[in-house]
Amino acid sequence: MEPIKIADVQGVITQLARQDVYIHLETTNGAYASHFNEGFFSAGAYIRNAKVNYEHGKIIGDGPYRVGLKIEIGWIYAEGLTHYECDEQGRLLLAGHGADGKLAVALEISPTPFN
Amino acid sequence: MEKERQVLVIFPHPDDEAFGVSGTISTHVRNGTPVTYACLTLGEMGRNLGNPPFATRESLPLIRKKELQKAADVMGIQDLRMMGYRDKTLEFENDEKLSNMVTELIEELNPSLIITFYPDYSVHPDHEATARAVVRAVRRLPKASRPKLHCLAFSKNCEEALGQPDILVDITPVKDQKIGAMKAHISQTAWMLKDLEKGIQQNDPEALKWVTVERFWSYQWENDTVE
Repeated sequence: MEPIKIADVQGVITQLARQDVYIHLETTNGAYASHFNEGFFSAGAYIRNAKVNYEHGKIIGDGPYRVGLKIEIGWIYAEGLTHYECDEQGRLLLAGHGADGKLAVALEISPTPFN
Repeated sequence: MEKERQVLVIFPHPDDEAFGVSGTISTHVRNGTPVTYACLTLGEMGRNLGNPPFATRESLPLIRKKELQKAADVMGIQDLRMMGYRDKTLEFENDEKLSNMVTELIEELNPSLIITFYPDYSVHPDHEATARAVVRAVRRLPKASRPKLHCLAFSKNCEEALGQPDILVDITPVKDQKIGAMKAHISQTAWMLKDLEKGIQQNDPEALKWVTVERFWSYQWENDTVE
């Protein structure tokens, strides 16, 4: 992955609009957050292979970045994104990594189902 | 250490075996005991991807699969099974089916010893779900024919609740295998190994614990609360 280049990412988001795509969306503090720090309120959410068709999407911010996808009757949204990769399967992988090297958020868009 | 007929190790994540059990596994292998390691997921949801990242959410499982195979080689495990579940979802699986998966392994392998986590005292939801599935599967067997069940626990209250671990395994003869197994999972362990190896060199007692002794609790059937 490499640091997000906003124009590149916007191009791929637009390219994947108005067709059936599969979404991986995840946010996490890690399963050990409350073990190592007892006062820590740990929360996260995860969806994999949600099939959607978004009419448009945007990437915004000065880094870390936010991405929002407008779907027919709702929204998909992620913030804290730092890195991206367009892989050989035509998937847009976006992730947010903290200074500690740990993933905190991921948003991935794929024309085919994820494994 | 008692010589076992067959050991079955069941953990949810590649690297769960490395820190607490790889010395014990290597010792069983040296004793000529067949060891099967059933690893339920590929740790797909691991957070440690680096910054700059060395892997993506999608490439991590492939990396961890190779690391798991390498760790198994280092420990001398002949029978490594990757069970194909998804990281962080085990507690949401059908409990009956998860236990049946363990029952099938037990029926096939007839282990004299099973090693897994201790339910309620192993912190991660996948550890807990794995532990409960194993306890339920072993509990189905008549008492007299149950394999021994040795469990890892590391929650903050585990010693208060369970007492001191009753099984201590001297792993000094297989120290190299243990370090090798931890190193095999380098994508997950790099941050910790740096400090650990320094500690071992300086004879720091906290660091030496990792390469001298592994501790288990025999499952306390008299206090069994798994549903």
